[in-house]
Amino acid sequence: MASNDSDPDLDRAEERIPAALKILVAGGFGAGKTTLVGAVSEIPPLTTEELMTEASLGVDDTSGVEQKTTTTVALDFGRITINADLVLYLFGTPGQQRFWFMWDELALGSLGAVVLADTRRLDTSFPAVDFFERREIPFVVAVNRFDGAHHYDAAEVREAMSLPPGIPVVMCDARSRASGKEVLSALVRHITESTAVPV
Amino acid sequence: MGTPEGHQGGPGDAGPLVRPYVMTWGRERSDTVQLDMISVVIAVREDVDEIALEPEQLQILRICRRAQSVAEVAAHMDVPVAVIKVLLGDLIARGHLLARAPFKSKSPVSRDILQAVLDGIQRL
Ligand SMILES: Nc1nc2c(ncn2[C@@H]2O[C@H](COP(=O)(O)OP(=O)(O)OP(=O)(O)O)[C@@H](O)[C@H]2O)c(=O)[nH]1
Ligand SMILES: [Mg+2]
Repeated sequence: MASNDSDPDLDRAEERIPAALKILVAGGFGAGKTTLVGAVSEIPPLTTEELMTEASLGVDDTSGVEQKTTTTVALDFGRITINADLVLYLFGTPGQQRFWFMWDELALGSLGAVVLADTRRLDTSFPAVDFFERREIPFVVAVNRFDGAHHYDAAEVREAMSLPPGIPVVMCDARSRASGKEVLSALVRHITESTAVPV
Repeated sequence: MGTPEGHQGGPGDAGPLVRPYVMTWGRERSDTVQLDMISVVIAVREDVDEIALEPEQLQILRICRRAQSVAEVAAHMDVPVAVIKVLLGDLIARGHLLARAPFKSKSPVSRDILQAVLDGIQRL
């Protein structure tokens, strides 16, 4: 992007602009996604609306032609400055939308994902696991232990979710920054083992 | 005006926000730059010709004195990402903003970068 006739302002801007990475936080409705994003983010979580396309499920389709539907999706996200050249964004997938797992745009370009499992309703995280498995996006499962909920151990969660052996399962408290850091660290280590190229 | 960083674009901050269609002057997309939700943008200059720009453009430039993702600018301006992309594209085309594309999914991220991310997380 360097220009021939040097513009000091432009040069300085180029020096000050980091590149961004994205990690998704997925899981069922009310699993604690926004809470986890907020716990580790350096800014209070922000919300933004993005248009997502999904392949039609055949509803209202009289023409027989495959249709794409666009939906406005509210995403919340947080930010972690890694260094002067890198910034990490954490995006929570919308919990109340039943078909979020059809939106490829959400996953496009993401480094990896955290699937938050809600111990009161483990099954609500199945679609998220399927989503990342199918797209071969590295993910870890974080088990958010709500008070009074049945406490599964990692092996039970693995079994109940039919997780492949390589997928890390981490116990967490989505409200705690220390816990959130452990979850993200487990994910980044898992990404390093599964996908990274040398240098 | 306020501090470069302290700008939150809260309700009432810019008065009632212009309808998105009006804000983008009827255009629906920018042909020049392909912005992603996590493309990062930054203002090129501190001083701009205030007369030549619309109030919401000046507001965007203020927000962008510090590098921000497209998603952050959209959130601070309280408009959808699709709308902010058009507004940002225009400012980029006019040389007011510089954009940097995010890491692409198809190119695996290097170990150095992953190590930096891990260090950054652990410093939190
Ligand atoms: N006890 C307990 N409560 C939690 C925990 N994590 C989240 N909560 C609470 O659970 C509720 C839902 O948390 P959110 O973070 O909003 O969940 P979400 O997954 O973002 O929800 P949606 O976006 O609506 O799907 C909130 O009231 C949180 O305070 C936890 O680890 N323990
Ligand atoms: Mg939420």
